[in-house]
Amino acid sequence: MPVLSRTQVWLILLAITCATYGMGEAGLLGHGSMGPVLAMFALAFTKGLLVSLDFLELRHAPALWRWLVVGWLALVLALIVLAYWISLR
Amino acid sequence: MYDPSSPVLPAAGNPAQAATAAVAGARLPAYAQGGELRLRGDLGVWLVILMELLTFAILFVSFAFARTREVDVFNAAQATLNLNAGALNTVLLISGSWCVACAVAAVQRNASQVGARWLLGALACGGGFVVVKLAEYAQKLASGVDLSSHTFYMFYILLTGFHFLHVLVGMLALAYLWWNTRRGRYGSHDCHALETGAAFWHMVDLLWIVLFPLVYVMR
Repeated sequence: MPVLSRTQVWLILLAITCATYGMGEAGLLGHGSMGPVLAMFALAFTKGLLVSLDFLELRHAPALWRWLVVGWLALVLALIVLAYWISLR
Repeated sequence: MYDPSSPVLPAAGNPAQAATAAVAGARLPAYAQGGELRLRGDLGVWLVILMELLTFAILFVSFAFARTREVDVFNAAQATLNLNAGALNTVLLISGSWCVACAVAAVQRNASQVGARWLLGALACGGGFVVVKLAEYAQKLASGVDLSSHTFYMFYILLTGFHFLHVLVGMLALAYLWWNTRRGRYGSHDCHALETGAAFWHMVDLLWIVLFPLVYVMR
């Protein structure tokens, strides 16, 4: 992932929040399909990654700490998506 | 005394000065030495952050799996939540995190007053979050919803309430850091406390990044 300025990161985070809000407002997630939910949590993962690497500055931290936080984020979001998939069966 | 922030380096040809610089260099913060991998903030607070992440992970996953047993009940209750308030709070927390990151960068280049203003901005964002959340809770209570016996609302109160407490703690820390930053107590020579408070505030933001789509948007 390229190194972005703090303001660029903030603007991307705002844009992703608008996209997530738009998905909720448009009712895209109310049809019981996996696609929109996967897209929404992929966006959430991107947001979390930007906050972790650039605001928490884990990009410049020892790899163990970086992977602990990013791994936490990936695992939690994956389990949430798994639960959603189970709810559709 | 050797000033770590001074751009003037001792003459390389003078062994005594070079030795002094080497000793002083060993005492330099890593960010002043450049390039070294370093965890920003206090290790003890980072361990607390890991515990908080683990606790919230259990709550998030519990919510998601509890939903699988009562999908219609969860969807109907979630439709009563104020998506606008949730999105506005996301914007406020993200902006607060940006302000704190800018404050740390300003203090690291010894611009304390600029850093203090960024911290005020972060405090304003935190204050905005608190106002929006309290208004949301008041709206829910006024609507007569039984928050104690409904699975969705029980999780809603537990997750958002616990997170809300973290926002309040984070704001107290930011207020303390703003006070000290304004007085020039942090700088390129010592940014440890500010980085520690910043790490906690970014964690609060990170938690909301998962909470918002899970509780407010996913149906």
